[in-house]
Amino acid sequence: MTLRLPTGGLIDRSKPLHFTFDGKPFQGYAGDTLASALLASGPRILGRSFKYHRPRGLWGAWVDEPNAIMSVTLQGRTFPNCLATTTYLEDGMEARAVNAWPSAQFDIKSGLDLFHRWFAAGFYYKTFMWPDWHLFEPMIRRMAGLGHVSPQHLDDYSSDQTHERCDTLVIGGGPAGLAAAEAAAQSGQNTLLVDDHATLGGTAHQLPEIDATPTPDWIAARRSAIEAAGGRILTATTAVGIYDHNLVGLAQSGPFGTAPRLIRLRAGRIILATGAIDRPLTFANNDRPGVMALAAAAEYLARYATLPGRDIALLANTPEADTIAAQLTQAGATITRIDPAQNPLSARGGKRLTALQAGDRTHPADTILASGGLTPLVHLWRHAGGKLDWCEARNAFLPGTPPQNMTAAGAANGTFDTDQALEEARATGQNAPIKRPAPTHRITPHWPTPGSPGRQWIDFQHDVTLKDVELAARENYTSVEHLKRYTTLGMASDQGKTSNMPGLAAMAAIQGRPIPEIGTTTFRPPFVPVPIEMYHGPHSKQLWNPLKRLPLEPQHRTANAALGDYGGWLRPGWYGTGDPETRAQSEARMARDTAAIFDASPLGKIEIMGPDAEAFVNFIYYNTIATLKPGKIRYGFMLTEGGAVFDDGVIARLDANRFVISCSSSHVDSVRTHLEAWRQDGNDPDRIFIHDTTQHWATLTVTGPKARQILDTLDLDTDLPHMSLRETEWRDTPLRLARVSFTGDTSFELSLRASHAPALWDALTQAAKPLNAGPIGVEALSILRAEKGFLMIGKDTDGETMPHDLGFPAPRQKKTTPFVGDRSLHTDKANAPDRKQLVGLTVPSGTPPLPTGAHLVTEDAPPRSLGYVTSSYHSPTLGRPIALALVANGTDRIGDTVTAWHLGETRQVTISPPCALDPEGDRLDA
Amino acid sequence: MTRYSALSLFREGLRGHKGWSQAWRSPKPKPEYDAIVIGGGGHGLATAYYLAKNHKITNVAVLEKGWLGGGNTGRNTTVIRSNYFYPESAALYDFGVKLYEGLSRDLNYNVMFSQRGMIVTAHSDHDMEMAARQTNAMRLNGVDAELLDRDQVLKRIPLANTRPDCRHPIHGGVLQPRAGTGRHDAVAWGFARAADTRGVDIIQNCEVTGVITEAGRCVGVETSLGPIRAGVLGAATAGHSSVIASMAGIDLPITSYALQAFVSEPLKPVMDTVWLAPPFGTYFSQSDKGGLVIGGGLDRVPSYGQRGNLPMQETVLAGLAEMVPALAKVKLLRHWAGIVDVTPDSSPIIGPSGLNGLYLNCGWGTGGFKSIPAGGWLLAHLMATGAHHDLSRPFDLARFPTGHLIDEGAASCIAH
Amino acid sequence: MQIFTCPFCGPRDEREFHFAAEAGKTRPDTTGEVSAETWATYLHAQRNDKGRTREVWMHLPCAELFLMERDSVTMEVFSTQSLRKAPQ
Repeated sequence: MTLRLPTGGLIDRSKPLHFTFDGKPFQGYAGDTLASALLASGPRILGRSFKYHRPRGLWGAWVDEPNAIMSVTLQGRTFPNCLATTTYLEDGMEARAVNAWPSAQFDIKSGLDLFHRWFAAGFYYKTFMWPDWHLFEPMIRRMAGLGHVSPQHLDDYSSDQTHERCDTLVIGGGPAGLAAAEAAAQSGQNTLLVDDHATLGGTAHQLPEIDATPTPDWIAARRSAIEAAGGRILTATTAVGIYDHNLVGLAQSGPFGTAPRLIRLRAGRIILATGAIDRPLTFANNDRPGVMALAAAAEYLARYATLPGRDIALLANTPEADTIAAQLTQAGATITRIDPAQNPLSARGGKRLTALQAGDRTHPADTILASGGLTPLVHLWRHAGGKLDWCEARNAFLPGTPPQNMTAAGAANGTFDTDQALEEARATGQNAPIKRPAPTHRITPHWPTPGSPGRQWIDFQHDVTLKDVELAARENYTSVEHLKRYTTLGMASDQGKTSNMPGLAAMAAIQGRPIPEIGTTTFRPPFVPVPIEMYHGPHSKQLWNPLKRLPLEPQHRTANAALGDYGGWLRPGWYGTGDPETRAQSEARMARDTAAIFDASPLGKIEIMGPDAEAFVNFIYYNTIATLKPGKIRYGFMLTEGGAVFDDGVIARLDANRFVISCSSSHVDSVRTHLEAWRQDGNDPDRIFIHDTTQHWATLTVTGPKARQILDTLDLDTDLPHMSLRETEWRDTPLRLARVSFTGDTSFELSLRASHAPALWDALTQAAKPLNAGPIGVEALSILRAEKGFLMIGKDTDGETMPHDLGFPAPRQKKTTPFVGDRSLHTDKANAPDRKQLVGLTVPSGTPPLPTGAHLVTEDAPPRSLGYVTSSYHSPTLGRPIALALVANGTDRIGDTVTAWHLGETRQVTISPPCALDPEGDRLDA
Repeated sequence: MTRYSALSLFREGLRGHKGWSQAWRSPKPKPEYDAIVIGGGGHGLATAYYLAKNHKITNVAVLEKGWLGGGNTGRNTTVIRSNYFYPESAALYDFGVKLYEGLSRDLNYNVMFSQRGMIVTAHSDHDMEMAARQTNAMRLNGVDAELLDRDQVLKRIPLANTRPDCRHPIHGGVLQPRAGTGRHDAVAWGFARAADTRGVDIIQNCEVTGVITEAGRCVGVETSLGPIRAGVLGAATAGHSSVIASMAGIDLPITSYALQAFVSEPLKPVMDTVWLAPPFGTYFSQSDKGGLVIGGGLDRVPSYGQRGNLPMQETVLAGLAEMVPALAKVKLLRHWAGIVDVTPDSSPIIGPSGLNGLYLNCGWGTGGFKSIPAGGWLLAHLMATGAHHDLSRPFDLARFPTGHLIDEGAASCIAH
Repeated sequence: MQIFTCPFCGPRDEREFHFAAEAGKTRPDTTGEVSAETWATYLHAQRNDKGRTREVWMHLPCAELFLMERDSVTMEVFSTQSLRKAPQ
């Protein structure tokens, strides 16, 4: 039997759409929601409740629906937990009720309801403790939850994210919102109107006419007027949250299966015209399929031309009830008006409603329409920090002290009468708000009656009944937040839109306190559930954290480099194909035998200039820099003010007032911030200037016994002592030639403008070829530097390491001028005898390298950690494993044999100096 | 008080649950107590419970400005773990885990400690080295830990992102099998009920507005319900610790930040463990009710506003969508924020406040929930004996001048 | 997303800013004796005011430090001002 009317509504009868529900075929029309199409087609049971698996039908017609939650599949893509009332119907949809098997109609778990007396609020806190919660938990987890998530990754399911601004944002496109937006736009404000339905109008569709104009014409006229005045309108767009400084999160929905767009809107001011929702009446078996909100019935009739049922018992005393009853009667329904004050009330029937019992009388009915009065939707008001006032006449919380730049109008403000709402909205839109109009009607409260018989639902989805609230009160969970959390009232996927008011009214009644004294729980975003994807958008895949790219990347690719993420840069790990370890070993061997070319461009290159530059770098560095001569280079540490090593690198002095500092490739941004903070704190910023040229300059390192030969072919003068530099030119472009070594062999660093780097790379690699030399990647360099005991920040140091732990004690003892972190190097901890110091580890030849991350331990039982292996490799030059470690009091233990411990396995290792190769440094000038 | 058990539940079910007694009373404050605990969150309630249970001090008041358990106890993501690097931290947090393991039966209140394990994934060769360092440290500290390779991680998290275009592919991870989640409200309520049963007065809606000092000693507090005196006082006020300390004239090494948390709509089981992926800055688990419980980093603006902001929401939730692309279509139900008290080393402060008679338990930052029983135990010990328990001594305020910070972030890949 | 006003660049998204420190901290003169307590206070002690605060922030794109007065509860920003001294 169809409940669809032959005419009317906003549906397009020329576009029939086919879909299935729980496997059965149905038909609806374009403009339908899943809910309206099902309501029109007959099925009453559209879901099952969370705990008791009670059969449930539609209560609401839009976002306040607690029951009809479905998994919807369209074109092979399945989305869990879709609210049937807000899911617009599309052809081919396959919908399934969640939390029900095999169907909502015949749910295998419906028998659980028989045991409801033992599943009262909080029952799980009182049991499942013996022998152990873990015994019961898996079963409970399987029982809980709503929809199944398909493991599908939907490739094109990606949100747009945009930014918008406006002078005036009007939220809600009902009569008040339309009037407010029109007034705002016409008074010259840049106005944006958003409405969450696909069709503008809100509750206007329930009215035959507004301002003596047929409603469709009235809505069209408002739309035209808004747009003519320069205003914008977004439909299918929900304001989901209001954040600091009037930032509004808007979710703009597209067709089913597409991710909503996130619009980050900054509004000068906000007019809240979100309307109001019906609250349920609390009576026995008020959760039966067929018990529906009065306002929902009006919506189904107005928008979808669908009756809620044929024989309707109407339980309401609001002024709206008369109008809606007349409309339903006119549409062919039989209405029996029943005073909700009658006692007791009880719905009769099981899966299908048969009657309403009111006192002694039984009123046969297939549908009960109920309204306990209207509750303004004030969620966003509360997000923004607005206060609420209790209104006795309206029996509702209304917007009170407003948040900054926000006003409410229409039903959201408790102005339920349309004419009054329009007047209020127009004034608000013109930014000349009027006092809230006096209510035209005083509603008689119908709140839950404590102690009354029967199972009376407060929270439909979560199966919280009046008895559960009574139990919570009995056990002193009386704060509204305790009530919510103990009973789970208001925690369902509708976030209490239907249940909060009855719940707190029940608690008020039980305790004999006024409702406002009980208060409300906190309204939290999002106003309606939104897909996680909306917050994700383009921050995906490689764009999650984009890699920095080298100017020589094409050259490296040509050279068959294995590019990988090293400290946020895409760098060559090694060149050529084959086993990475073998490649790294052979590259390291080549570097020691002949020469190697290494792309060191990611190394930080920050220039510090100005008359106070010398004093500044001397303060920034642990090491004394003031004594550095122009043309010279020094290795040094930057410390945190807490004394820990923050970064290391070389600092070159170009002339009296100009320095170039290098820093770890992954630290450039933080070093720059560190420098800037000190520059401006206590210094004259006009006498020191900081310029980060890291990505403007490329650096190529040539290292090895034949490094000079390679540079000779480029006609570069290599007569340069170690730790010095020269500014020169190569092919008419400036080039900085520096002698520093991270390998222990003769090394030159050639830095030049990034645009000239390819030419230099080509020249160097060509010159290297005849010498059996060539490029090496990061992996080989890591071996080379470890052979020399050169540390890598963050690998061979941790956040506690101080410079004297690394073999650099002198400035701590001798530097007389202040420097960052100085005082922290003399705390009790800094002087402790068991500080972890950087050492080398030696294991016998022929044994494998130690696992990096292995600990060195005491001989106690159980053993205690002394420190850990920070770097470990096979050294191709030495033909044995090498390792670096941070070990408590390590320097004094050099020569000792200690136990290395990894996942319970132990090995004996000898502590040695960090430098394993050429400790005399003969290779530097070989 | 009715004892909770399957039998009592069965019996009460038959008679409409009419026989349950109050979980706690709502007494009026007395003018004087032997001990006052400021803050009726988990730590404060646990302190009161252990004062009564361990030290037989029952003339105790817990003063709570709102409703008990309403601060960070009722706002956190319920993770319980002890995957720490330094022996001092491991000892402290594993003491907490061990107390949690027996807590439901100790309190006669099911706190649903679910030891479903926690994995911190590694996403590079360097991460794997750090994971090995971490795993070994944990084991040497006497804490359970397993170093997982990629396949072992994927076996436990089948939905994890394995796509070739993932920016931070999984290499492996560190598993602590005994870690897990608990029911946060139940912890507060369980301690409240058990403390109340032993005679502790839990006074809700009682805001401390000042401290009363006599001869350089704290002897009580001014409150919204009038002055209340006590022999000894302890403060366990998390994000508001600086506010209480400033009443005593003390500037603590604490900055308060908003920490956000998120929950999705309920789903049938998809995630059986707690997973933190550091390069995505996000972690999540699935609650028994079925919601994904999601957390991440701090909002970067110092704040006492118990609400979060969009940038960090985008960061955390985008991180989740990168960790498990299949969950991008799941809907977010609610998000909120708590105010956390962050110290320079992200380790807690437990010890004398600097004002005689007033002890502190604060600075837990983002990790307070897992430490509720331990924090309560140790503050109770201090208040009752005037001396440190061995476990709390390293966490005294004295560590700041001596430099003996316990900075887990400095040592390990575990985010706080 | 809050809006902070860099004294040089104007109003910008909060993501561009970095909280540096509470205002009013002075580095002890480390050429003289500095007690452990004095140093620890400088390094670590915070007023951590609930309500009106004075803080030093950095606008990362231009790297300028500035003073911001704001409310740590409501997030209202009262003022921002450059740390630079006015030209003599």
